Amino acid sequence: MRIVAKRTRGLTSARLTYCPGCLHGVAHRLIGESMEELGIIERAIGIAPVGCAVFAYNFFSCDMIQVPHGRAPAVATGLRRSRPDCVVFTYQGDGDLAAIGMAETVHAANRNENITVFFINNAVYGMTGGQMAPTTLAGMKATTAPYGRDVEDTGGPTRMCELLATLEMPWFITRVSLLSPKDILKAKKAVKKAFKNNLDKKGFQFVEMISTCPTNWGMDPLRAREWAKQEMLPVFPPGVYKDRGAEQEDAS
Amino acid sequence: MGDKILMKGNEAVAEAAIRAGCRHYYAYPITPQSELIEYMARQMPLAGGTFLQAESEVAAINMVLGAAACGMRVMTSSSSPGISLKQEGISYIAACRLPAVIVNVQRGGPGLGNIAPMQADYFQATRGGGHGDYYTPVLSPSSVQEFADMAPLAFEIAEEYRTPVVIFADGMLGQMMEPVVFPDSYAPQKDPSAWALGCKREGEFCNHIINSLFIDPAVLDQKTRELFAEYDRIRQNEIRYERYNLDEQPSILVVSTGTAARVVKSAVDALAEEGIKVGLLRPITLWPFPYQAVAEAARGVKKVLTVELNMGQMEQDVRLALAGSCETAFVGKAGGLVFTPEELTEIIRGYAS
Amino acid sequence: MAKKTRITIDEYYCKGCGLCIDACPKGSLAFAERLNEQGYHPVECTDQEACTGCSLCYVACPDSAITIEKE
Repeated sequence: MRIVAKRTRGLTSARLTYCPGCLHGVAHRLIGESMEELGIIERAIGIAPVGCAVFAYNFFSCDMIQVPHGRAPAVATGLRRSRPDCVVFTYQGDGDLAAIGMAETVHAANRNENITVFFINNAVYGMTGGQMAPTTLAGMKATTAPYGRDVEDTGGPTRMCELLATLEMPWFITRVSLLSPKDILKAKKAVKKAFKNNLDKKGFQFVEMISTCPTNWGMDPLRAREWAKQEMLPVFPPGVYKDRGAEQEDAS
Repeated sequence: MGDKILMKGNEAVAEAAIRAGCRHYYAYPITPQSELIEYMARQMPLAGGTFLQAESEVAAINMVLGAAACGMRVMTSSSSPGISLKQEGISYIAACRLPAVIVNVQRGGPGLGNIAPMQADYFQATRGGGHGDYYTPVLSPSSVQEFADMAPLAFEIAEEYRTPVVIFADGMLGQMMEPVVFPDSYAPQKDPSAWALGCKREGEFCNHIINSLFIDPAVLDQKTRELFAEYDRIRQNEIRYERYNLDEQPSILVVSTGTAARVVKSAVDALAEEGIKVGLLRPITLWPFPYQAVAEAARGVKKVLTVELNMGQMEQDVRLALAGSCETAFVGKAGGLVFTPEELTEIIRGYAS
Repeated sequence: MAKKTRITIDEYYCKGCGLCIDACPKGSLAFAERLNEQGYHPVECTDQEACTGCSLCYVACPDSAITIEKE
């Protein structure tokens, strides 16, 4: 018998601290596998945010740093410009990236920093207990939107791929879904493509992953996935929003 | 030693940092230190280093966190409001035991204040301006030469104790020009490969983790005590001050630092000609503060006068140093006003008679 | 004869989320009666013969708890 699938060396042996059925773990696996398959575990530097993934420095087996809330793209800028030979990636949730870290995200993208940003969108602040995030859907309840998000009062869900795609410089911007095994296999391709682009020094890679939050949505993992497919994917359509590599190929 | 060059403080400290081996600089424009970032924009690329203007001071200090985490000699600079924005980042850099240099060319405050020189960020600098139990060494120059010399010194202290170091200057020191001489050689950087990220490690690969999150209170308590053991070492080895006109027993002791101390020296000299003996104790490290030196200098004096460009901050440390053993007084200017020598001479004469 | 396969679900990691059960096209995974050390019902393979080693359970698992072997 030969092994056809097992836990990747890109992850440590630590037990993940995410809730049962939370798709953060899937995102971790795709990144860990991609690092292992590309042979870059020893030259990658990962950045853990503040949020559910704050303990990511215990989960990825490459060099890791935990940074202030929202500032991962700025720290990544300092890391990348200090060690251009390293593959630098940030791993951030929607509060970290789209709320407090919006400016850092937009400017790192605008500078086409040679980093990969993994953006886990589950429409809520998970770690702190289910508060409204910039990506919370219209009418969706959260502990700080107890009557459902009122877009007139708090604005509508922030579409980060579409927003960043208006910038001229970022290299690759895509949104993928983790809501089914088929989607997960497609998402893996995007993760590897982003790392390869970094290895080729192409610049800013943005991979948004639609995920679930069973605990704070008050659903079991399966129902949470269904809800996300019905409610989130229409608001956050998966797809490639910018690919300067493809644009160049078409042009040549 | 090189020959004398007439330079602005802002440019002198930038040149000294580059000569000392700083190859990474991230900052944001703000008067009165914009010449520093402009100088780095011109010179850092020529030195083969990394210069980047960040989108905010918050982003800049986090870029410094990233470069420091890789073991790079990295610096940032700003002025008062910008330094306020950097405090969370500085707390992280201190907690993560990373070397870095932060230059504060202070301006009028609070709020937007103005662009005149001031020393009102003393508490912020010396009491750990961000959250949590930590301090940063604080170096306070009072001449362009001293300002320049503090760049290599700050890096050495930062690397020896693995801590961020603050250079506590002001708009006057930043903007004025004085002759500067640069040394021929500088101490090499201390090898960071034992802890830095992204360092190649032969043999069995174990990843480096830089982190300041310790959910278990007992572990955070222990980590904090390790940090404070370093602070004890800094207190033992790094306290610096200048004793001026203290060879004979003065009747009045003045404690003052930075630009304010320059004016005090003029007053001390003027009063000496009138036969009024006034001594000056000028703290150069504001943290660790020279408590013992102040107490010793104050022996036998009638009064200890603290002179600052703020409403009274360092004067609290002076009172701590004296612990009630001597009468104290405070004279300060706010709003970015600076004493004239004549004005200060008259004030001190009043205390001496 | 279909190739022999073996599914190993590591109880240390399994949180009983059930996503692998949903993913298995052969319905050969189910919750165990017992609880693991974390207090979850771990998943186990109830019909190794039916399993084709397609690895969809591995793909769906958020905790990388599953190892799949195949001849």
